[in-house]
Amino acid sequence: MKIAVCVSHVPDTATRVKIGSDAKSIDPAGVSFVLNPYDEFAVEEALKTKEKFGGDVTVLSVGGDQVKETIRKALAMGVDEGVHLKSDEALDSFAIAKVLADEIKTTGAELVFMGKQSVDYDNGIVGQLTAELLNFNSISVCVSFNLDGTTVTAEREIEGGKEIVETSLPCVITAQKGLNEPRYASLKGIMTAKKKVITEKILPAAAVVVENLQLKMPVAKNPGRILGADSSAVPELVKLLHEEAKVI
Amino acid sequence: MEKKILALLEQRDGKIKKSSFETLAVAQHFASSLGMSVDAVVIGDKIENVSDVFSYCACNLVHFSNAALHLYSSSAYKKIIVEYAASQGHEIIFISNTALGKDLVPRISIGLNAGLVSDCTALNLNEKDIIATRPIYAGKALQEVKLNSEVKVYSLRPNVFKAVQLEAKAEEKISVAAVENPDLSNRVKEIKRSEGKLDVAEADIIVSGGRGVKGPEHFPLIEALAEQLGAAVGASRAVVDAGWRPHEDQVGQTGKTVSPSLYIACGISGAIQHLAGMSSSKYIVAINKDKEAPIFTVADYGIAGDLFEVLPVLTEEIKKLKG
Repeated sequence: MKIAVCVSHVPDTATRVKIGSDAKSIDPAGVSFVLNPYDEFAVEEALKTKEKFGGDVTVLSVGGDQVKETIRKALAMGVDEGVHLKSDEALDSFAIAKVLADEIKTTGAELVFMGKQSVDYDNGIVGQLTAELLNFNSISVCVSFNLDGTTVTAEREIEGGKEIVETSLPCVITAQKGLNEPRYASLKGIMTAKKKVITEKILPAAAVVVENLQLKMPVAKNPGRILGADSSAVPELVKLLHEEAKVI
Repeated sequence: MEKKILALLEQRDGKIKKSSFETLAVAQHFASSLGMSVDAVVIGDKIENVSDVFSYCACNLVHFSNAALHLYSSSAYKKIIVEYAASQGHEIIFISNTALGKDLVPRISIGLNAGLVSDCTALNLNEKDIIATRPIYAGKALQEVKLNSEVKVYSLRPNVFKAVQLEAKAEEKISVAAVENPDLSNRVKEIKRSEGKLDVAEADIIVSGGRGVKGPEHFPLIEALAEQLGAAVGASRAVVDAGWRPHEDQVGQTGKTVSPSLYIACGISGAIQHLAGMSSSKYIVAINKDKEAPIFTVADYGIAGDLFEVLPVLTEEIKKLKG
């Protein structure tokens, strides 16, 4: 079976965000970039599925040259080959979904994994957008995945529980934390990854559906009051919460 | 033809959810500002509180009904909504960005060739343009965007927009449309509930524990306080990664982003990825031994003390207050 996994290259979650001089993107100076945490679960699930049913896994990533690093990381984990969909523009979710859908069609994949959202723009919509463009089924925010013939069953996280969802291939699955424990790349994996092929495809300019006007910093909170160093401060705390904040 | 807004509502167990009333209030606000009318849609079997809709919005409510649609089916919901919205020519669509909203809304936007802004926390009018604000990097920054598409879809972060009631309840205009042979190619077979557990994403008060709680065996201290407050129990990433708490309790950048009225952080130092997930809470209380911990930079009130000593007293005081 042909499996595709889509990954993005994002600032590490420990990053302190500073807005760049264009006011439309973040200042990348001093920021370390990683494989999007949710995409790690997607890569792991793609590899587990291949180990169970055979086939091959292709990793796709959209972005500038820097995303090759993240593609290599997925290759080092065990993915067979990579496709770099190259664009130096900041594409919106619709443009990204369109290029992913076009490329998935080319690879002939019938099962696609990706993270439930990338931890930079947090849109959380590319998985389902891609599925709709491909006319594939999709299940989002999955914490379990099972394939039996062409029947796909997954559990997805909802408020106060989980939904058990059933559908069939072809299908896009978006991964939530809890889906699996992503493997570490072995030294051998890292060495082999260097020899694996990354095909580069230059993307044409895309239409802008969601126009990015500007980025802003949230209004900083004024540090509050430290009321004390032990339980003697509790009555005052309760009084403030009840009378000043009126939240209890 | 009069321009129209569509408000998509969500029912769970046959009851329209609170976040849907927030959606209706937003639809009402823009309908008044832009001189548009509102249609609202709810999909399900029997729904008990349809009449409440008209306390928030003067609209036409269409209840698409079929027993099989008691549980969510992305394929059926998409088809019903896309066909209805296309036939009515809605230009603006609002939905709450709940688990269901998140899953459904990209499907609808492709079906209607519409643009989509997900997880909005503010919507402002600039002349006739809606400028949407949404948190990015889990709230470390905010992005302002505008849609260039003809049909525009906005999903609204729950618990952010106020469910403002109308001064007088609007006339109840409800029609029930029976759905024949819904497309169930993608459907929920059953829901596994976390029994008696309040979800951090929906809670008005959250009590969270971090590494300072020292082990899963001490979480009953957190749970006891949460119980007195009717709060959900949250956890930091360290605690979830250590296996002390399930991942659905995690608050922060790789967990849930929350904005309750009150967030009580116990034994949480406040790593940047945690602060990103909770600093938009209306009030924050921190209880932590280390008075230099970053959590105190976002807390309204803090106690720089031992949680093992403070929490039992706090729980007792709240009990007295409630009693």
